Amino acid sequence: MKSLRSPLGRVAGLGSAKSGVHHWWLQRLSSIALVPLTVWFTVSLLSLPSLDHVTVVTWMAQSWTALLLILLVLVATCHSQLGVRVVVEDYVHNTGSRTLTLVILTFVHAFLAVAGVFAILKVAFGGAA
Amino acid sequence: MSRYSLLSSITNRLTGVVLSVGLLVLVYWLMAVAGGNRPYLQAHEILSSGFFKLIYAGLLVAFCYHLVAGIRHLVWDTGRGMERAQAKQSAGVVLAVTIVLAVALGYWLFVAAGRAS
Repeated sequence: MKSLRSPLGRVAGLGSAKSGVHHWWLQRLSSIALVPLTVWFTVSLLSLPSLDHVTVVTWMAQSWTALLLILLVLVATCHSQLGVRVVVEDYVHNTGSRTLTLVILTFVHAFLAVAGVFAILKVAFGGAA
Repeated sequence: MSRYSLLSSITNRLTGVVLSVGLLVLVYWLMAVAGGNRPYLQAHEILSSGFFKLIYAGLLVAFCYHLVAGIRHLVWDTGRGMERAQAKQSAGVVLAVTIVLAVALGYWLFVAAGRAS
C-alpha cells in the first residue's frame, strides 16, 4: 500500500475531518470565548477604584470574578499555546530546535495555567488576606 | 499575496506573541496578589515602573489589534468577506478600529484612571 489514504477519500478528494481539525477548532473556540473574557477583564480592572492589595483581593474573592478569571487564565493559556505553536512550526526550521522550543513552550504554558488558577483560588478562598 | 494581507497576517501573529508574553505579567501579578500584602507591594513597585508602563502601552496596542483582527478572522470563518476587495477594505477597518480602541483604552488607563502609576 503506497498511501494511508482510503481509496474513497482519494477519489472524493477528501482529507481527514476528525482530529486534523482539532487544533483549528480549539483555536476558534478559544478566540470566541476570549472576546467577552478579555473585554470583561480590561473593563473590570480599569474600573477598580485603586489597585491596592485590599481592593484587588476584595474584587478577586467575589465568586463571579474568581470564576471568570479562572476561565480567562485557562482559555488564554490554551489560545496562546496553540498560537505560538503555529508560529514556532512555521519559523523554526531545524527539527531539533523546533521540538525543543515546543516542549519548553508547552511546559511554560502549563505552568502559567496552573500558577494562575492556583493564585486565583488562593485569593478566592481567603488565603491572601 | 499582496502587501496588505501579508502585513495584517504578520501583525496578527506578532501581536499574539506579544500578548503571550503579557500572560507572564498577568500570572506574576496574580501570584503577587495571592502572596499577601507585602509581596504585593514589592511587585506593585516593579509593575508600576516606567519600564512596565512601556510594556502596558505595547500590550494595550497588541490587545486591541489582536482582538479586532481576530474578529475579522472569525467573520472569514463564516465564509464572508473573502473577496479581494472586501479583504482589503476590512484590513483598513481593522486598523482604524484598533487605533480608536487603543487611544480610548490608553486614555482610560494612563489619564483617567491614572493607573500604572
